[in-house]
Amino acid sequence: MYWQKDFECMPEADIRALQLNRLQKTLERVATHVPFYRNAFTAGKIDVKAVKSLDDIRRFPFTCKQDLRNNYPYGLFAVPLREVVRVHSSSGTTGIATVVGYTRNDIVTWSDLVARLLCGAGVTADDMVQIAFGYGLFTGGFGLHYGCERLGASVIPISSGNTRRQIQIMQDFKTTALVCTPSYALKLADVMMDMGINPNGLSLRVGLFGGEPWSEAMRQELNQRLGIRATDNYGLSEVMGPGVAWECEECNGQHINEDHFLVELLHPETLQPVAPGEIGELVITTLTREAFPVIRYRSRDLARLLPEPCSCGRTFRRITRLLGRSDDMLIIKGVNVFPTQIESTLFAVDGTEPHYRLIVDRENNEDKLTVMVEVNESIFSDSMKTQKALIDTIKERLASDLGVGVTVKLVEEKTLERFDGKASVVIDNRKF
Amino acid sequence: MPVEQLAVFLENKSGRLAEITKVIADSGVNIRAMSVADTADYGILRLIVDQVATARAALKENGFTVSAADVLAVEVPDRVGGLARILKIIEEAGLNVEYMYAFVNKSGDSAVMIFRFEQMEAAIAALQKAGCHLLSGDEVCGM
Repeated sequence: MYWQKDFECMPEADIRALQLNRLQKTLERVATHVPFYRNAFTAGKIDVKAVKSLDDIRRFPFTCKQDLRNNYPYGLFAVPLREVVRVHSSSGTTGIATVVGYTRNDIVTWSDLVARLLCGAGVTADDMVQIAFGYGLFTGGFGLHYGCERLGASVIPISSGNTRRQIQIMQDFKTTALVCTPSYALKLADVMMDMGINPNGLSLRVGLFGGEPWSEAMRQELNQRLGIRATDNYGLSEVMGPGVAWECEECNGQHINEDHFLVELLHPETLQPVAPGEIGELVITTLTREAFPVIRYRSRDLARLLPEPCSCGRTFRRITRLLGRSDDMLIIKGVNVFPTQIESTLFAVDGTEPHYRLIVDRENNEDKLTVMVEVNESIFSDSMKTQKALIDTIKERLASDLGVGVTVKLVEEKTLERFDGKASVVIDNRKF
Repeated sequence: MPVEQLAVFLENKSGRLAEITKVIADSGVNIRAMSVADTADYGILRLIVDQVATARAALKENGFTVSAADVLAVEVPDRVGGLARILKIIEEAGLNVEYMYAFVNKSGDSAVMIFRFEQMEAAIAALQKAGCHLLSGDEVCGM
């Protein structure tokens, strides 16, 4: 079942021609309206009018998350603010968030792209969709919400949290499709068991999961325990939100919405294209975004391209599920967490030296982040009250800076190994 | 009048307390009193020793986190109601006891309790006014 068959099943040559045409327009637009890109192109002596093939994209500089932060909040917008009808902001910040904007057309496009993913998963106007993604600055909730309405499905905008109520509503409202992170879906299954509710007695039939990496084994478990078909979808707020790539009914790789995004798979260090089928970082250029076009955005997400055609009939190329990150970002309960954020928070607590270790576990299908901090003379007290107060302060600051709850453990001085690379301060015990 | 106490940070893992006492023993220091306050993850060991500087240096050298604090060593008559009387004095003076623990040895016929107060000066004044004997550092070492 297709939402926009003319695009989704477009002959390959036509897709490339459309991409090139849209790329040229996007490059010209950002060169005209966004000083950041104009300056970068000038500095690189790149003439946007000289772009004659899709490969020419490789002459352009990359855009990184830091560029978005440097231009906080509206520096990279390509339209005047009066044309912007919505802003979203990335989850997980290091003091400065990244802000993205949408024009009315952007919202329509986004809704259509999400409607495609819903259709691909088999959702129709007859479905009752429970959206358990957070609503707010995070793109997940609203992205799926608008897509469902575009498709004509009924939305239950319950947002995240309150698991028992989620299940009650799922039962009472006869929810047929569930939108959330895969780990939250497993938690729902656990709590159903606690509540003595048999998932087979519910109306649930399809799951649309995203926001964090997950495995095929986890899919099988979700299918079996919830009696659903679990599908994967991919998106990131910097280029739009959910709806960048998504699984069709074959559940074998995610089709990229290639008419709206130009995706390169590059080696994260050499930044050269990887051989077909090799793991690479997804580098994304938006082709139709009006308010917030992005050129060669380094997503840091790793995946492989699946070059062979899909039996669903769609011609958009597919990528595998996400296979990891090319930086040290962690995704905890769907929230992006960088170890460097923890370091700067620890620095801000008087006397704390940033010797720490992060331990990530998944207990009862819920992510748990433990921060081990080395004690030293200036933060050690003979008074238990003072010592506990210090731990609570660290805990509260981390929770508020990271947007996710943490457990803080004090450990003896100089017992945490010293590493040069920050990535190794993380011990992730989760299995994806 | 205050006595200097050492506090050591301890992770809750087996053998740590034994290691600390060994470090102190090896430096030729005698432990006069000790107490451990603990949570599920860590503990705070408090020590009264006869050679504070030596013990502190030895512990630091062996990688332990040490802090020093002033406490009061109060003589408590070794009879029914002895401690109750002291605590009543403290209560009436409106003082907060951060923590307290007992000495192993006796001072003559009296027991000795270690008290940690938030308001040290006020505590000394109140206890002395009520006629309590506060042991000096030298007295504690000589016990």
